Amino acid sequence: MKKLFAILMALAMVLSFAACGQEETPNEPGNEGEGEGETAATGSVYWLNFKPESDEALKAIAELYTSKTGVEVKVETAASGTYSETLTAEMDKSNAPTIFVVSPNGVPTWGEYCLDLTGTAIEAELSTDAYNVYDEDGKLVSIGYCYECYGIIVNNALLNEAGHDVSEITNFETLKAVVEDITANKDTLGFSAFTSAGMDGSSSWRFTGHLINLEYVHEYRDDPEAWGNGAYGPATLTGAYMDNFRNLFDLMLENSTTDRKELANGGFDAAAEFAEGKAAFYCNGNWEYQGLLDKGMNAEDLYMIPYYSGIEGEEKAGLNCGTENYWAINGTASEEDIQATMDFLVWLVTDPEASEMAVTTFGVMPYKSAAESTNRFLAQANAYLADGCYNFAWVTNYQPNVDDYRATAVAAINAYNADPTDANWATVVTAFIDGWAVQYALANG
Amino acid sequence: MKRSHDSAAVNSDMIRRPIQRWSPLFLMPVVAAFLIGFVWPFFHGLFLSFCKFKTTSNWEWVGISNYEKALADQSFMYSFGFTALFAVVSLVLINVFAFAVAYALTQKIRGANIFRTVFFMPNLIGGIVLGYIWSMIFDGFLGYYQTSILMDKSWGFWGLIILTCWQQIGYMMIIYIAGLQAVPEDMLEAAKIDGANGWQTLFKVTIPNVMPSITICTFLSLTNGFKLFDQNLALTGGYPFEINPDGSAVRTTEMLALNIYNTFYGQNTASRGVAQAKAVLFFILVATLAIAQLSATRKKEVQQ
Repeated sequence: MKKLFAILMALAMVLSFAACGQEETPNEPGNEGEGEGETAATGSVYWLNFKPESDEALKAIAELYTSKTGVEVKVETAASGTYSETLTAEMDKSNAPTIFVVSPNGVPTWGEYCLDLTGTAIEAELSTDAYNVYDEDGKLVSIGYCYECYGIIVNNALLNEAGHDVSEITNFETLKAVVEDITANKDTLGFSAFTSAGMDGSSSWRFTGHLINLEYVHEYRDDPEAWGNGAYGPATLTGAYMDNFRNLFDLMLENSTTDRKELANGGFDAAAEFAEGKAAFYCNGNWEYQGLLDKGMNAEDLYMIPYYSGIEGEEKAGLNCGTENYWAINGTASEEDIQATMDFLVWLVTDPEASEMAVTTFGVMPYKSAAESTNRFLAQANAYLADGCYNFAWVTNYQPNVDDYRATAVAAINAYNADPTDANWATVVTAFIDGWAVQYALANG
Repeated sequence: MKRSHDSAAVNSDMIRRPIQRWSPLFLMPVVAAFLIGFVWPFFHGLFLSFCKFKTTSNWEWVGISNYEKALADQSFMYSFGFTALFAVVSLVLINVFAFAVAYALTQKIRGANIFRTVFFMPNLIGGIVLGYIWSMIFDGFLGYYQTSILMDKSWGFWGLIILTCWQQIGYMMIIYIAGLQAVPEDMLEAAKIDGANGWQTLFKVTIPNVMPSITICTFLSLTNGFKLFDQNLALTGGYPFEINPDGSAVRTTEMLALNIYNTFYGQNTASRGVAQAKAVLFFILVATLAIAQLSATRKKEVQQ
């Protein structure tokens, strides 16, 4: 009996070794020698994707490419808010990502890993150089693969129900009038002006990352030099437009579906509130467009208006257009992998079927032969620009130590929401303005 | 050569010698796992704490400057104080309650086994899940007063204590039950005959006899208290912050492990070495405390 037991143990041990050996195999570099003769000599593509919402679409695109060319394309997506962690871990592996995302903020960290894209096949396909990222030495580190816009999404059907129209709204005064009228008649109308503004991680970025851009962008317009004409963020902010931020933020919170005191918990679904007609205004971006249509909204009811906050001349304000989606190619990868990656990217922005799939998930792609976007919000963003309105550049991308910076801002906003006094607002200002200087010093010190 | 047909045959040289010869083979899986999963990362981490690095394979030697920065970091010192307080309070509460529950469940109560199972079960739930479940429970209650566990640091502190107690009491209870069942009947009977009352029996007979269980339980709850991470991340995430006039912030419910994590990932990659240095200091702290505590309680153990 004991002999049998010993044999069993020995067997179990040997099997566990065999299992370990098998798990190791996928970590071997590349796909060389994996049987299929025709792919043996070519490289492979590994895209470490940044946006969880585009994961499925990208995997479908990758499959399409593999079925057409036989080249292996692996798409992995970092969980929301963990891109930096995932990239750090993946770059250490022998089969590191060949495509990854490097925004201007990421250049100090990842710039040295990036292939210089100057003069490459993919650069030749770009329709604009507005979304190119360079390092200090002028190396083209990464290129935008889509751009997006955000602002205040409006359900015009509800505004009409309340006896208003989106065309009335041209500045903070008119926005405020419409919003407060809706609140005054909330009970008869059956909906609120704004959706909830949850302060948990799934929603707080709409304010600490997006809405606050109205403060930064006007500072930037006042003194472009300090921001390197949009190439980097300054060491300190003046906070000159924090009162305007407060105007709009308070308007959103005082006229909302949800009591501001409950926002710290989070767990609200603003998109659902908006789609179900519980609120007429929703602070978010063009990436919500398809989702809102899928939830049954009518395209012609949907508008996006600028962040009106009482700044002089804001009748000429446009939407926040920019990107945080930049492709970088891993310069430390093997020649074959770099070539395979380049071929894949060029195919992605030129092939009608593939670029159609990509545009549906990304919005607009700034490439000559890419498919046209059908996104109404992006069309409206372009219409504002065509009317001579000024764009809100995404200078919010320069938030130093972005996670810590925003976490501190959320803490201050929570305290302000619990008790909206001037003293608590002063703390919010401290978190955004002085906090910038603190984090800038930490990040660059 | 001795031959016999009883169970001693297993110990005969005939069988023992081949097993002895092959023992390295049998040890290999565990040794390999230990080397790969512990020894190598540990020394690699120790090395990296003296470096500036972006990824673990791309480093630059900077000497002890990481340690200087770590020790000068106010948030690290604050989280040390917070963690120490947490560890002490949770140590006391977990062990007192676990012992009490174990004591009650070793008396002859109907359904004792069901109670034991139910009390043990929370320990099977992962820390992140527990953190979110409890944040819903606390916020469900605090939401009634239009506030949240994220709004007050003492709520955050006691929330963490309640969560940790709820999770760990059942586990420690099982260890105490095993200890209590091993207390010799004859000693208890002798105490009874000598006229000891319940409390005297508990303190003079039972507790000295379960000292080995107390040693292991205090060891576990102390180190668990210092190492707590998932529950901290999911329940409070360090909120609320106290925002200083200069714009810096103190995360008032951030414990050591979360502080290290936030230093590593929340800030620029320049601070990764500092985070690594903090992790080494953290290891030294936990190891020292654990060894000190073990040797202190071991002295109180009695031989049966």
